[in-house]
Amino acid sequence: MKRMKVVAEAALPTTVVDDSETTVDQFRSKTIFGFWLYLMTDCVLFAVLFATYGVLHNNISGGPSGHELFSLPFVLVETLLLLTSSFTCGLAMLATQRADKKQILIWFGLTFALGVAFLTLELTEFTKLIHEGNSWRASGFLSAFFTLVGTHGLHITSGLLWMGVLISKVVRQDLTPGLIKRLTMLSLFWHLLDIVWIFIFTIVYLIGAR
Amino acid sequence: MSKKFTLLLASILVLIAIIGTVLYVGHSHIAILSPAGTIAAQQRKLLVGATLLMLLIVIPVFVLTFFIAWKYRATNTDAHYQPEWDHNTKLETLWWGFPCLIIGVLAVVAWNSSHSLDPSRPIASDRSPITIQVIALQWKWLFIYPEQQIASVNYVQFPTNTPVDFEITADAPMNSFWIPRLGGQIYAMSGMTTHLHLMANQAGRFQGTSANLSGSGFAGMQFIAEASTDSAFKDWIATSRSKPAQLTMAAYTSLAQPGAAPQAVQYGAYQHNLYDTVVMKYMSAPHEDSSFQSVTQSVTNDTLDHMSHE
Amino acid sequence: MLGRLNFEALVHDPITMGGIVAGILAILAVVALMTYFKRWNWLWKEWLTSLDPKKIGIMYIVVATLMLLRGLADAVMMRVQQATSVGDAHGIVSSDTFQQVFSAHGTIMIFFVAMGFMFGIINLILPLQIGSRDVAFPFLNSVSFWLFIAGALLINVSLVVGEFAAAGWLAYPPLSELKYSPGVGVDYWIWSLQIAGLGSLLSGINFFVTILKMRAPGMSLMKMPIFAWSVLCAMFLVAFAFPILTATLGMLSLDRLMGMHFFTAEGGGNPMMYINLIWAWGHPEVYILILPAFGIFSEVVATFSGKRLFGYKSMVLALISITFLSFVVWLHHFFTMGAGADVNAFFGIMTMVIAIPTGVKVFNWLFTMYRGRVRFTTPMMWFLGFVMTFTIGGMTGVLMSLPAIDFQVHNSLFLVAHFHNMIIGGVLFGYFAGIAYWFPKVTGFRLNERLGKYAFWCWVSGFLLAFMPLYALGMMGATRRLDHYEASMGWQWLFIVAAVGVAVICVGVAFQILQIVVSTLPSQRRSRLDLTGDPWNGRTLEWSTASPAPVYNFAVIPTVTDRDAFWASKQAIVDTKLKAVTQKYSDITLPRNTAMGIYIAGFAGVAGFALIWHIWWLAVVGVLGVITCIILRASDEDTEYTIPAAEVSRIETEFFAVRSQL
Repeated sequence: MKRMKVVAEAALPTTVVDDSETTVDQFRSKTIFGFWLYLMTDCVLFAVLFATYGVLHNNISGGPSGHELFSLPFVLVETLLLLTSSFTCGLAMLATQRADKKQILIWFGLTFALGVAFLTLELTEFTKLIHEGNSWRASGFLSAFFTLVGTHGLHITSGLLWMGVLISKVVRQDLTPGLIKRLTMLSLFWHLLDIVWIFIFTIVYLIGAR
Repeated sequence: MSKKFTLLLASILVLIAIIGTVLYVGHSHIAILSPAGTIAAQQRKLLVGATLLMLLIVIPVFVLTFFIAWKYRATNTDAHYQPEWDHNTKLETLWWGFPCLIIGVLAVVAWNSSHSLDPSRPIASDRSPITIQVIALQWKWLFIYPEQQIASVNYVQFPTNTPVDFEITADAPMNSFWIPRLGGQIYAMSGMTTHLHLMANQAGRFQGTSANLSGSGFAGMQFIAEASTDSAFKDWIATSRSKPAQLTMAAYTSLAQPGAAPQAVQYGAYQHNLYDTVVMKYMSAPHEDSSFQSVTQSVTNDTLDHMSHE
Repeated sequence: MLGRLNFEALVHDPITMGGIVAGILAILAVVALMTYFKRWNWLWKEWLTSLDPKKIGIMYIVVATLMLLRGLADAVMMRVQQATSVGDAHGIVSSDTFQQVFSAHGTIMIFFVAMGFMFGIINLILPLQIGSRDVAFPFLNSVSFWLFIAGALLINVSLVVGEFAAAGWLAYPPLSELKYSPGVGVDYWIWSLQIAGLGSLLSGINFFVTILKMRAPGMSLMKMPIFAWSVLCAMFLVAFAFPILTATLGMLSLDRLMGMHFFTAEGGGNPMMYINLIWAWGHPEVYILILPAFGIFSEVVATFSGKRLFGYKSMVLALISITFLSFVVWLHHFFTMGAGADVNAFFGIMTMVIAIPTGVKVFNWLFTMYRGRVRFTTPMMWFLGFVMTFTIGGMTGVLMSLPAIDFQVHNSLFLVAHFHNMIIGGVLFGYFAGIAYWFPKVTGFRLNERLGKYAFWCWVSGFLLAFMPLYALGMMGATRRLDHYEASMGWQWLFIVAAVGVAVICVGVAFQILQIVVSTLPSQRRSRLDLTGDPWNGRTLEWSTASPAPVYNFAVIPTVTDRDAFWASKQAIVDTKLKAVTQKYSDITLPRNTAMGIYIAGFAGVAGFALIWHIWWLAVVGVLGVITCIILRASDEDTEYTIPAAEVSRIETEFFAVRSQL
């Protein structure tokens, strides 16, 4: 107990952290880092869906196979739309670095439009398949197909929603560091979806259409 | 402090006593320790051997725990106190190395035994094996003898010292086919066949069970596996053949309805290719699909069929 | 309008009805007391809307404790059923109810007890231990907690409205598909796990970033306390395993909601895929639970031996190897599926290899005590109990990792005994040790030691009585999940012994509750107050601040030079007789309270309930509610408040004044 008394006056060696300078940096980096980690978890999610598709893609259960269903030119148009949207998204981020609001709005607006076009084409494909009686109920292969491609589509949808919110913020507000951080995360998200689509295009459509 | 350690030691002794009593009193009850078949016998040998090997580490850990905790108790101020001593390469190498060694030995054992005791591996014997097809139903076991052309529910018989090749499937949720005194289990899954090779080396009636949950009547999925002499087996086949009951497709469909088994039933004959039909029915187009689209489609197809017939 | 929900959903058997009535009465009593003492406002402002991880941690532990009681009640029912349902007797519940009971028991104990205690302790201690004022994303932390609550609520609502899954805690298809389980039970299981699991995933990301980005200056990774290391590894596993759970549950629910064919037996589905996926999550999950317990034991042993942790680098290496190995062993949960000898042997050997780093940890703990001064406090007793039970469990685990042996004991009570050995003896004992160890840091007073030890002895002896007979039963051929068996099996006396064991465990739990109540009584509390902030002569940073820690944790962020940062600073004081320097304090910024986490999780819970009962419009409302709340929160710029330097100075001066008087 005697020692405890001395110890009681212990204080750790300390340094005064200058909040004003480091917090912004630290805040920024930890948010972006956290978002990267979230993107990795999203990759795991897609990896599971790809693995499931890989296991189920031959289980056509008497229904049609990918070879009979997929139209490569159509999917190529979708792919080009999404690739272009990634490019315009990159231009929007360059404009963000220059803090050029007008350019930001133009390029994000274009990205948004391309995203909507992509989504419309995807929904057209889905509707066509369903009308021909090849819905997700038809076979394990089609369940896996609709879920994998549909999950990507849902991501695109939420990306568009997010983009809409941020565009309205850019219109109404100043370019605060917080807003720039959010635009950065949105662009990371958008590029990831582009990469996932490349995999879908290759694994589902290119290989499936053979 | 010493009182507490007496307690701790006492509880360990009680534990050992419990295990000992159970092993001693219930030895004949402990199915996997009293094997009646070649596979189960080898599995027991493996179990006992691996346990002894593991005890090489477990016992020192127990002894060390109590010794160190006792010797370095705070009240024992005579003991050496070295609060900054936190690393010793030799010691740490020892306890990375020693477990590695034991696991190394076990790994070889694991690799070899996985292959020699692979359930799908036929058992070497000078007698030709007998094939029995098994279908897990809700909640009973159907056994089909393709060579003898009979079928039986919740009861299976085979001669001793003859390898038995069980071909197993399910027309139900996943089950697991297990006769503990003869050897390990294997899953029964619909749309596919798993193989389990067993061989009894003594006659007797052995308890068989499903080890995997398959719905509300699952606990009742027990069956008897009887190993008998050749002549007794032949007699049983002959009696079964003379049974009037026939396992037609209709009879099978009603048997497959969820529910407990009727008392062990024998069928003198069964629908040709019944086992394959049951496996294949899961491979076809979704027939239980309740979607409006597919219902209308099948209705249209039916109508078309009728029209073309007319 | 209400999907498949109707009044029949409220009709239950007498035992369930009794449980429901007791539950509702308890809730009413709490509501009445809260109203009588006018505590609602306090509850809302001080607790529910708080973003302070110390408060969120306490709430996690309170909820986990309540869920422990629920899971324990399920365990008692199972033991009574199996001890009585022999031959002509059919026990106390129907087979269907029995199957719901064990499914709920497993689900609750893993997701809402073990995970709850784990995240509770991490919230309470981790930021303090790494010298941080907060977690990386305080608001996300609150969302995680409330998603956990929404999941827990859904699973309890299933008791009252409808039914729970009867397909086991992992709901293997095809049994869990519409064909064999057409009711709402499996849907309750899916959505309560999906919602709680999402919360866990967000927490995983949150704490991973917290550890990597918010450590005190000077605390390099190799100077980080071992508990923080164990949490880092566990959170890595959360981030990479929980998306697998999300996807798998998602696909099962698509099968059930939209008629897809992922895991159906027919239509080109593949049930084996589900079993692979669920264990690709499930096995890392086991390590997610046990790694923080390892971390807790490391802190406890070092502190109560008054000695540095032995083999720190070995310990870190062991943690990392366990983390990676845990992703390549999942197939050992189903050797009996018949994947073939090569595959089985590979996964069997990988499983054994995990035993090596685990064994190394045990030896390092033992040699931490060696040449130490071991104080046998309650946390230390839990550690000793853990070494004993965990070693037995480890041995039976290695046995089962040999595929050829596993074929004989898989899905038997031997397996049940094994994993309870790991999860009670390892995980639960670890968290109990952690709660007893850090209790004074959280509340400002120590727990009653005598009652704690009574609880310990009840748990250990109850555990042995309850689970050793199960090893024997498994070897006798008793499979798990039996609601009935024949008298001729000769199993009944062992089941009765096991039931007695559970009764003893119940007494242990009663002692734990009594311990907390008694220790909190003002008269009792006074004698065990912790005014120094360092009741155990601790080693790590959390003991350097007051008990309970001020809302900002550290008035001045400490600089770390040693692995046992606080211990080292105490030694320095003793050696050089330095006095505490007077500090210059600055303003501290902290996140404001917000109820948005409650709203988000509330809408998510509503959406889950609606999807369970096929009330589509309500599901849409729920999803739109979640989206709206997120957008509203993102638009809120005023999320922080500042504690002025003068106020910090006042709090700190007061604490140092009290401390120096001792």
